[in-house]
Amino acid sequence: MKVLKLIIKNTWRHKLRTLLTILGIAIAVMAFGMLRTIITAWYAGVEASAANRIITHHRVSIIFQLPLTYREQIQHIPGVAGVSFANWFSGIYKDVNDWRNFFPRIAIENDAYFDLFPEIIISQEDRAAFAKERNGCIVGEKIAREHGFKTGDIIPLEGDIYPGHWEFVVRGFYKGRDATVDETVMFFHWKYLDEQVRQSQPGREVNVGWYVMRIQNPNDIPRISGTIDEMYLNSRASTKTETEKEFQQSFVSMSSAILTSINVISFVIIGIILLVLANTIVMAVRERTREYAVLKTLGFSKNHLIQLIGGESMVIALAGGVLGLVFTFPVAGGFAKAFPTFFPVFNVEPITITMAFGAAVVAGIAAATFPASRILRMKIVDGLRTLE
Amino acid sequence: MSLVSVQNVSKSYWRDSFEIPVLNNISFEISEGEFLGLMGPSGSGKTTLLNLIAGIDRPTEGAITVAGTDVTRLNESELAKWRARHVGFVFQFYNLIPVLTAFENVELPLLLSNLSKKERREHVEFALNVVGLEDRMHHYPKQLSGGQEQRVAIARAIVTDPTLLVADEPTGDLDKISAEEILKLLERLNTEFKKTIIMVTHDPRAAEKAHKLRHLDKGELS
Repeated sequence: MKVLKLIIKNTWRHKLRTLLTILGIAIAVMAFGMLRTIITAWYAGVEASAANRIITHHRVSIIFQLPLTYREQIQHIPGVAGVSFANWFSGIYKDVNDWRNFFPRIAIENDAYFDLFPEIIISQEDRAAFAKERNGCIVGEKIAREHGFKTGDIIPLEGDIYPGHWEFVVRGFYKGRDATVDETVMFFHWKYLDEQVRQSQPGREVNVGWYVMRIQNPNDIPRISGTIDEMYLNSRASTKTETEKEFQQSFVSMSSAILTSINVISFVIIGIILLVLANTIVMAVRERTREYAVLKTLGFSKNHLIQLIGGESMVIALAGGVLGLVFTFPVAGGFAKAFPTFFPVFNVEPITITMAFGAAVVAGIAAATFPASRILRMKIVDGLRTLE
Repeated sequence: MSLVSVQNVSKSYWRDSFEIPVLNNISFEISEGEFLGLMGPSGSGKTTLLNLIAGIDRPTEGAITVAGTDVTRLNESELAKWRARHVGFVFQFYNLIPVLTAFENVELPLLLSNLSKKERREHVEFALNVVGLEDRMHHYPKQLSGGQEQRVAIARAIVTDPTLLVADEPTGDLDKISAEEILKLLERLNTEFKKTIIMVTHDPRAAEKAHKLRHLDKGELS
């Protein structure tokens, strides 16, 4: 590109203006990247879902429980390779107003529950220790790091769904097979929950929040789901069976208004990038109208002028885009650190990088379009008459 | 031998719904190697005629042939290539690119050629040597005087060895001494390098340097 030198020199002609524009684009790209990362984080559970797991919960709402007896019937359905169940415990850990103290606490049937989740990695020792301890618990490494939990520590909780003071002994830790696995959950024995509730609230039954099934052949999922839901259609606790992905998606859809807003804002930011850049390029080209007329006079073609104006726009857009992406990683890291449990999986995904970079490129092209077309249409004699 | 032939050329501009005639049925010829001075009062159409011959504007009527090419029949793209190859421009206000050095400004027209970097360098150094500014080649326009800037502009105009050199009031923005230097330089380009030059001027001293003078008044040649 023979005009590259002129592109670079033109870009730095007004250093402060160029720097401010690059910085403006960088901040906008970073904001875009952060918002897209938040959206991705929101869908992390959906994306991490296994294709061979299904969930059965109460047809009306997950807050209604299912009878324990369903377990036996479900596990005999042909194609079901494994079944277990869990309950949402909730509870309050320390100061309820501090987001860091919120992490999911789930009562699980027993340690065999983990066999259904190969993405949850636990050492044999920890799993054995957990199995032995009635009020033992397994916690994710992320939440353990955040709160400094060590083996043998007691985690005190104040119950809300299940009132009372609860104490759980840390007996082990799990980590995710990859970055998409939530490492902020605390698992403990359902049996312990059942015993404690029977003692403290005689007459109250603890049943099952949801059943998890591993299916041998994912092609059988529609048939098995249909079979389960038909079995309990006219029972006192009719069921809804869905894939793990659909189950996770149902939680995400509860926040659809927020997600739509974030989505809209992220695209408004692209508009801001475009305006910031377009303003600079329009000003720069207007100031140099006479120079472009001179270049046309010397024989520079339309392609050369497009390269000059588009090139300057792209240099600024790409510099801002790259700088914005460089900013995005530490900011996202800081955000993830500040709110470790709010978004258990908070990674800047390649698609986010591609979109942010793409937004800068699109802005670069769009910002140059109007001033370039004006210069291309301009008559040389009119351009030469322009005052500098 | 005729290098430039202007045949029945008229030019009008439109301002809103008003037609403003600038040139009215002009015909004349310029021989190869000639140094023609175009004089006339403001608004007489001198610059317009120069622009038409140089291919940066189009006549409303008539034909202009330069070195055998009817420039009025070329499209925009062909005209741009033709200008790059055949015409060197010298403007009243120099019109150098401020972010480029004297060397880079002179090199600009050569970027459109197929010359290698080494060949471009040789051509630029030769052109700057002709205008006596080889020692200022790395200076930016703002580091040069007006006369020096115009000499760089002349070097830019001759670096491609064009068929025709057009100069629009080349001394109009210069002091007396600098203007004299520029006129001497143009005269040298004409006599020593056999360049055909068309110069628009108001200045009688500049006009004296031309071999031939044509006067324009109200769009008509006298």
